[in-house]
Amino acid sequence: MADLTQSSTLQTSVSTPLRPRIKLRHVVDHAILIAGAFLMLFPVVLVLMTTSFEDADIVKHGLQLGFEGKMLENFEAAMFEASGFTKTITGTRMLMNSMILGLGFAIGKIVISMMAAYAIVYFRLRFATLAFWIIFTTLLLPLEVRILPSYEAIQSLGLANTYTGLIVPLIASATGTFFFRQFFRSIPEELVEAARIDGAGPVKFFIDIIIPLSRTMIAAIFIIMFVYGWNQYLWPTLITTDEGMFTLVRGIKQIVQVLSQTGAMIPEYGKALALSLIAMIPPVLIVIFFQSWFVKGLTESDK
Amino acid sequence: MAQVTLDRVRKTYPNGHEAVQPCTVEIPDGELVVLVGPSGCGKSTLLRMIAGLEDITEGSLSIGPDVVNHKDPADRNIAMVFQNYALYPHMTVAKNMGYGLKNRGASKAEIDQKVAEAARILNLGDYLDRRPSQLSGGQRQRVAMGRAIVRDPELFLFDEPLSNLDAKLRNQMRIEIRALQQRLGVTSVYVTHDQVEAMTMADRIIVLNGGRVEQIGTPSEIYERPASTFVAGFMGAPPMNLMQARVLNGAVQLDGTTKLTLAPPAVATDTVLVGFRPEDVRLGGDGSAVLEVAIVEELGAHRLLHGTLGGQSFSISVGKDETAQVGPQPITLPQDRVHFFHPERGTRL
Repeated sequence: MADLTQSSTLQTSVSTPLRPRIKLRHVVDHAILIAGAFLMLFPVVLVLMTTSFEDADIVKHGLQLGFEGKMLENFEAAMFEASGFTKTITGTRMLMNSMILGLGFAIGKIVISMMAAYAIVYFRLRFATLAFWIIFTTLLLPLEVRILPSYEAIQSLGLANTYTGLIVPLIASATGTFFFRQFFRSIPEELVEAARIDGAGPVKFFIDIIIPLSRTMIAAIFIIMFVYGWNQYLWPTLITTDEGMFTLVRGIKQIVQVLSQTGAMIPEYGKALALSLIAMIPPVLIVIFFQSWFVKGLTESDK
Repeated sequence: MAQVTLDRVRKTYPNGHEAVQPCTVEIPDGELVVLVGPSGCGKSTLLRMIAGLEDITEGSLSIGPDVVNHKDPADRNIAMVFQNYALYPHMTVAKNMGYGLKNRGASKAEIDQKVAEAARILNLGDYLDRRPSQLSGGQRQRVAMGRAIVRDPELFLFDEPLSNLDAKLRNQMRIEIRALQQRLGVTSVYVTHDQVEAMTMADRIIVLNGGRVEQIGTPSEIYERPASTFVAGFMGAPPMNLMQARVLNGAVQLDGTTKLTLAPPAVATDTVLVGFRPEDVRLGGDGSAVLEVAIVEELGAHRLLHGTLGGQSFSISVGKDETAQVGPQPITLPQDRVHFFHPERGTRL
């Protein structure tokens, strides 16, 4: 008892009441976070700095710290200068192609998986559970495993070098179906029954009740799928041979492979690096824009 | 408004479980019928069959002149209030109430007018633009009621609508629902496990037990003349005292020492279950029946004395002015308010 009172008086006398107390724990937390942020940001900053150098310098000395005058020029070239073997594709075109792939991929996956999950959860299908597990086991068969038959099918359908061929084979999603199925199952049964009594048929119920309730879930899956689609490399490489269809991720590689025509015959590293920075921006924006919804979608449900 | 007729309606699940045994009831136009019973007695299943949310295995159900066995819930012209209210969380109060009308193709003006009318009746005018999550339990309950009344249905179905509310609000809503139902004159079926709700709200009560209808009657019929020991024990708090007794030489005997000065039932059996409502028994008497009081429960308006009579547990309820203490107390058993039941079947004799 005596010890207790003593130590408490000691504490109050030590801490000055007006100054906010800095706890050691907070210092450590912040140190770790700052170190982590630095570790993540440093490569990006390094690349950004390097884009301000001449291609020749980059070839000679590798990635550079510091600033030279070429940054604007490199970014402009990356965005607007036609490149590739055929000189038909600009950075803007690739950005657009990537955007179409990313959006088509994400939206397609959401539409397909929502409808699949809706059918599995709400319709008394004979083999609903079996169908679900079959869909689920396709997780074990990623694109890489089925890439040859997929390519063969798309090629013989004449869909190579089209957006349809680029997007459609990728949009079936076991992960999305699984997430939506779990979410739909957590919607109270009474809500379904109330809607039935209110005269909402299957389509109306889906549009009026299910979709608005799934907003946060849709946002979360949209982010994941957009970034995933944006970063697709293997499938676009196979299916697009026409340079006008190249996506950013594919195009950056192409730039490095094509030697500069400006005389030096060295890869346009500055342009490629600038383009890879540009390629980072849309996914980052999407994550920043949707992040509050993303967290909500994964943690809470507004039911 | 319509008469509802259940004709040997039965529910059997695919696993063979019989949730509702054949049940025949006629609910006249404008009546409020309460289905009451312990959990798992089939009351909700019966209600959901009337709503069309469960298939009817056998028998026929008519609402008004039409048999509706195979009609969709939406086409039965019913409205249902759920225990957890089942409001659409993403819609405002007004949209929640108007959704059913909208699906029926009502015009915007008609929806607005009906929603405003319902909101006025239910005092929800200030909340029309709010979401259900911004409302209190009682207000949500009202919105659920509003959603039911905007459609002018022929039949209201209530599935334990008050069990999520606190005790005080429950009493208040009970009166409100009853008043509203009487004012609108809509035939209603109300499911509850609370016998107080059943007694206070019902025109008629259907007591269910294990999927079987135990008794159908007005609240006073059910209370005064329970058809079985189950009804006697379920309706009334504290429940009716039920004691094993022997019929010997035209007298009813509890055990070796306690003989009840009662005329035995007309049906001749050796043993019988004899029942007394706690409030029918009075303190004081000639000493022929002595209650060994073990516990006195103080309830303000009255007191409950729990103890044993002739070795069997027995409770009585006395007025707050009467002296009550632990120990042996002479009591008077009412000659005219005694209930006899069959010792095995539990049916009234």
